[in-house]
Amino acid sequence: MQRADITNSKVIGDSYELPKFANVPHGKQIDEMLNRDRQINLHWHNFIQALDTLGLPEMESRHAEVQRLLRENGVTYVVHGEQQGHRPWELDPVPLIISNTDWDTISAGLTQRAELLNLILTDLYGERRLIKDGLIPPEVVYAHAGFLHACVGLTPPGFPYLLNYAADLARGSDGRIWVLADRTQAPSGAGYALENRTALARSLPNLFGEVGVHRLSFFFRALQNSVLDMQYQLESATRIARHQTDNPHVVVLTPGPLNETYFEHAYLASYLGYTLVQGDDLTVWDGRVWLKSLDGLRPVDIILRRVDDTFCDPLELRQDSRLGVAGLLEAIRQGNVIVINPPGSSVLENPGLMPFLPNISKQLIGEDLRLPSVATWWCGHPKQRDYVLANLRELVIKPIHRQLGGRPVFGTELSNAQLDTLRAQINADPHLYIGQEHVHLSTTPSLIEGKLEPRRAILRSFLFREKEGYAVMPGGLTRCAGEKGELTISIQDGGISKDTWVLAPEPEPHISLWQQRTERIQIAKASEGLSSRAAENLFWVGRYAERAEGQARLLRIMLDKAKMGKMGLETSRLGRVSPARLFTETLGEDAREVSELTYLRSMLRSLTGLTSSHPGFANKSEQSLENELLSIMLDTENSASLVSTLQALVSAAYSVRDRWSTDTWRVMNSIENLCTTLEKSVPEDQDAGVQILTDFVLQETELASLDQLMIFLAALSGLNAESMTQTIGWISLDIGRRIERALLLIVLCRSSLVAVKDDWIEDLLLESVLTASECLITYRGRYRSALHFPTVLELLLLDEGNPRSLLYQLKRLEEQIRALPRERLGYRLSEEEQLILEALTQLQLSNTIDLAESTEHTTQRRGLEKLLVRLAQILVDISDVLTQTYFSHVQRPQQLTTTSL
Amino acid sequence: MNYKITHKTEYSYTHPVNLCYNEARLTPRNFAYQACSDSQFVVEPEPKECRERQDFFGNTVYYFTIQQPHNQLSVTVTSHVDVNGRERQRDFAEHLAWEEAHRQLHTDSDPDILEMRQYILNSPMIPAMPELGTYAAKSFTNGRPLLEAVEDLTTRLYADFIYDPDFTTIATPLADVIKYRRGVCQDFAHLGIGCLRALGLAARYVSGYIETDPPADQQPLEGADASHAWFSVYLPQLGWIDFDPTNNQIPTDQHITIAWGRDYADVTPLKGVVFGSGTHELSVGVSCERISE
Repeated sequence: MQRADITNSKVIGDSYELPKFANVPHGKQIDEMLNRDRQINLHWHNFIQALDTLGLPEMESRHAEVQRLLRENGVTYVVHGEQQGHRPWELDPVPLIISNTDWDTISAGLTQRAELLNLILTDLYGERRLIKDGLIPPEVVYAHAGFLHACVGLTPPGFPYLLNYAADLARGSDGRIWVLADRTQAPSGAGYALENRTALARSLPNLFGEVGVHRLSFFFRALQNSVLDMQYQLESATRIARHQTDNPHVVVLTPGPLNETYFEHAYLASYLGYTLVQGDDLTVWDGRVWLKSLDGLRPVDIILRRVDDTFCDPLELRQDSRLGVAGLLEAIRQGNVIVINPPGSSVLENPGLMPFLPNISKQLIGEDLRLPSVATWWCGHPKQRDYVLANLRELVIKPIHRQLGGRPVFGTELSNAQLDTLRAQINADPHLYIGQEHVHLSTTPSLIEGKLEPRRAILRSFLFREKEGYAVMPGGLTRCAGEKGELTISIQDGGISKDTWVLAPEPEPHISLWQQRTERIQIAKASEGLSSRAAENLFWVGRYAERAEGQARLLRIMLDKAKMGKMGLETSRLGRVSPARLFTETLGEDAREVSELTYLRSMLRSLTGLTSSHPGFANKSEQSLENELLSIMLDTENSASLVSTLQALVSAAYSVRDRWSTDTWRVMNSIENLCTTLEKSVPEDQDAGVQILTDFVLQETELASLDQLMIFLAALSGLNAESMTQTIGWISLDIGRRIERALLLIVLCRSSLVAVKDDWIEDLLLESVLTASECLITYRGRYRSALHFPTVLELLLLDEGNPRSLLYQLKRLEEQIRALPRERLGYRLSEEEQLILEALTQLQLSNTIDLAESTEHTTQRRGLEKLLVRLAQILVDISDVLTQTYFSHVQRPQQLTTTSL
Repeated sequence: MNYKITHKTEYSYTHPVNLCYNEARLTPRNFAYQACSDSQFVVEPEPKECRERQDFFGNTVYYFTIQQPHNQLSVTVTSHVDVNGRERQRDFAEHLAWEEAHRQLHTDSDPDILEMRQYILNSPMIPAMPELGTYAAKSFTNGRPLLEAVEDLTTRLYADFIYDPDFTTIATPLADVIKYRRGVCQDFAHLGIGCLRALGLAARYVSGYIETDPPADQQPLEGADASHAWFSVYLPQLGWIDFDPTNNQIPTDQHITIAWGRDYADVTPLKGVVFGSGTHELSVGVSCERISE
C-alpha cells in the first residue's frame, strides 16, 4: 500500500478527518475514497492532493461558480408536485472517482448484461422460449405493464432490440459493485452527465489535467456513428433493401417542455445534431414517418425516443396518448423507421426478472453474471414469497413495474400495522411484488456546507449498441442522497448529482463531435429539420421579444415622467416613493398640469393599445391610472402585462430549447430570472386585489430592472440578428419581430397622433413617440429643428433608411416572406405575398403632409387613422395566413371505436 | 354449418376527416372447429395503404389508412365460414374437478400450460374485484367438475343479469355492471372471465357472430344484430371450452368465432385514430345467414 503524506487520517466520529477536512464515515461503512484501514485509496490521491492545494474555501467558491454556470446554461430538472417548476440542477464539485481496474470489471459486466438483456428482449417479443422453457415464470412478463402485446414481432429477428441501455450501480457492504436497476426504454441522464462534465471542466480545469480522466465524448461519437450505421444493420437483418441514405434524418422525440428531463432532450438533440420533435410534429404517411416542416413533409429515418413505450402510438397502444404518432408501430413493422429503443422494451425495467438472470445467463450465453443484481426474491414463487414475508422488516419491497405506483417500501421504516397491511397486499397479488436486500450503499465524499461529508451514492452508467457489442460511457451520472443516512436517492427528491471520473491510464486527446462526421454528413439544406411547431415557436419568440421591448420602453417613459413631476431633480434618490403620490402630486390644479394629464392619458392609451388590455386606460379616471400602470407591468393575472409577455417569451423559447446558442440561452435565463423577481415584488395576497397594487410601493430596484430588461432584450435581439444562421428558423423569428414592431408603431401613432390637440401637447406627444420608437436621436441629428408633425411622420412611417420606421419593417417582412418555401403555381402570388404587397403600396402611396393635416374643425386626422387601421388589419391577416399555411399542420387526433356490440 | 356473414360499419363525420388510421379485427379465425374460406374487405373511400398481419393471439388484423378528405367511412366485410361445432361435452363429471384443474394449471411445466397462465392475470378491462370471487364461489363448490361449475356460473349470469343495450357502452366499467346487474354480451363475457380469474382459472374473451335468422322452429338469439361476444375457459388436457352467458348456451354450431384475447380491448372489431375537428356517428349492421347445413 503506497502511502502519501495526506493519508495519515484518523477516524473521529462519522466524519472525514483528513489533514484539512473533517468528517469520515463511521463504523464499517464502506467508502469510495477510503479503504478498510481508513486510508485514502490510491486512485483518489491525485484528486485529494489537488484539493488540498486548492483548499476547501476555494473549492466552495468553485462550487458556486459551477452552480452559476449550470444555472446560466439553463440546466434544469422539472419537478412535479408541491414545488412545481424548473429546478436548477445541483452539482457537487467533488466527483466520484473510479479506478481503471475497477472500471474494467464494471464495464465488462455492463456489456455482458446488455448483451443478455438484448437476447431476453428479443426472445420475449419473438418466440418466448424463455417462458415456454420455464426460465422465466409467465407472470413476471405477462403481468408487467411493460409487456406490450402489440409489439410482438415488431422488429425483425436479427435486429438488436436493446440499443440504448442504462444501469443503476452501487457498491455494497461486501465491496462489490451491484446492479440495482435496469433502464431499458428511454434511459435519461446521459445528457446531464455530459453537462456536469462540461461545467466541472470549466470551473476546475487544472484538476482534470492532474488527475487524468476518461473523456465522455468518445461515447457520444460512438453513439453517433452507430446511429448512422443502424439502417445498414436493419438491412442486413431483413435482407431487404430500404430507401436508406448516407445521411439519415434522426430526430429526438420528446414529450415536451413539461417533461422532467426536457432540458436533456433539447441538450442532447443539439449536441448530437439531431432534430428535437414532439409527437405532433411527426406523421405517418404511406407507411413512413415524416416530419411536418415548413416546406412540407420530410422523411424521418431514425427516432431516438424519450416518450414512454405506451404513449408511442395512439392507434395500437394507449389511445389517450397525445405524445405519440398514430401508425408508428406499423411503420416500424415495415422497417421504414428505427425507433431507439423500440416500444415494448420497458418490460425489462422489471426487478421481478432479477432472480432469474443468473440461470438465464448460463442458458443463453453460457456465462455467470459478472455484475450481480442486488439480491431479489419474486413473491410469485411460493418459497421466495415465504422468505420475503418472514423477513419483511429487513427487506425493500417493490412492485415489479412502476406503473403500479408507489415507491420502494423499506421494511425497517414500517410500524407493525403497516407491515400487516403490506403482507396482505403481497398475499393478494404475490406475483406483482418482489423483496430486495436492503443494500448498504457505499458512501463517497461530498462537499456539504464547506466540508467533505460521506454520502451514499448511486451511479447510472450508459451503454449504446454498436455494430459489434456495446459502447460503455466511461463515467456516468452519480447521484447522492441530499441528507445523511437517507435511504432513497432521487433527483426528484432533492438528491445532488456528481460527475463521475474514470481514471485514464494516460491523457486522451480532446475530441470535438463535429470533426469525425464530415465524411458521411452532407451539408444540410436550409430548412432541414425545422418542424412547423418549432417555426411557430420561433415566430412567437420574435413577437413576444418585440412586444416586451415596446412595453418596457413605454413603461420606462411613463415612470420617468412620473418621477420628474413634483420630485423635480431630486429623483436620483427615489427610494421608496409611491407612484400614486407621484401622480397625484404631478397632476396639480393649474392649467398646465391639467394639460399634462391629457398627455399622460394619451400615453397610457398607447400602453393599453400596445398590450391590448382593453378596457385599460382608455376610459379611466386618474385615480386608477397608477393601478393600471402597475397591473400592466407586474400583474401575472393580467395576460397583457409585461410580466405575462416575458413569461410567454420564455415559454416559447423553452419549447425550442435546442435552437439557442449557450449565450442566447444565458440571456434568456437572465430574462426569466428578472421576470421572477418582478413577479415576486407584487404582494402575495391576491384577495385584496387592486387595493394591494394601490398600496404597493414602487421601489427603485423595480425601476432599475426595467433598464436591465431593456439591455437583456437588446442583447437577445443582437444575438438573434448576428448569431443565428439565416435559415428558415431565423426567418420565422424575424417575421415575428417585424410584424410585432410594425403593429406596435401603429398603435403608438394611432393613440398619440391621430387626435388633434394643443400644439404644445402635441409637441410633448411627438417627443414621447419618437423616444418610444427610438427615433428621437435620429430626428434631432437629422433635422436639428423643433418637432414638425409631417417630418416626424415621415421619419416614423416612410423613411426606409430608419430601421425603426414602418416602411423598413414592411420591406423586411416582404423579403422574409419571399424567402419562405412554397410551391409556385404559375405567376400567381401567394396570399401572404399579396397582403404584404398591398400594405407596402398603401403606405408608399401616402403623403405625410396630407396625413398630418388638421383644421380647426376637425378633431381627428382621418387620413392617418384610416391608413393605420388598414395596415394593422393587413399585418394581422398576414400573421393568420402564415399560421395557417406554415405552422398549423397540427390537427388533433381523436379515437374511433365501435361503441356497442 | 355454412354461413355467409356480412358486417358493415359506417362512420359519418360532421366535418371532413383528412387522415385516418385503422385496425380491424373482423376476419373470422381458422381453427379446429371452424374454417373461414374467404373474407373480403371493402373500404370506402379506398384506403391508401392496407396490410394484413397476425397479432399476438393469432387473430388477423387488417390495417388501413385513408389519406384523403372524407365525410364518411364504410367498412364492409363479407366472409364465408364453415362451422364444425365441437361435440358438446355432455358428461362433465368425467372431467377434472376444478381444484385439480387449478393445481395443474399452476404447477405443470408443460409449455402450453405455461402459456395459458397469462389468461389468469388481470387484463385492461377486467380488473380484480372481490365481488367477482364471492359471486363465483357459489358455483365452485368442493370437488365439482370444472365444466359443470362453469355451466352453472353461466346459467346464474344469465338469470341474474338483465340484457339491456341502452345501459352500457364500451366505457362502462365492470364495477357498474355488477352494481346495476345490467349489460350486454360484452359485459357478461367480461363478468364470466373475471369470476374464473378470481378463482385462479384461465379464461379468455371471444368475439364473433351468432346466426341471425335461425330456422323457423328455433328462437332467434340475443345480440344477433351486431357482433357478439362470449367467454372461454381453459381445461388442461381438453383445451378451451366456450360458454355464452348472454344466451345461457354452450356454443356449438351457431357461434362463429372472429377473434380471441384477454378481453374486449385485445379484439376490438374496428378502432381508429382520425384527424379532423368534428364528431362522428356510427352505424353497424350484421347479417349472418345459414347457407347450408
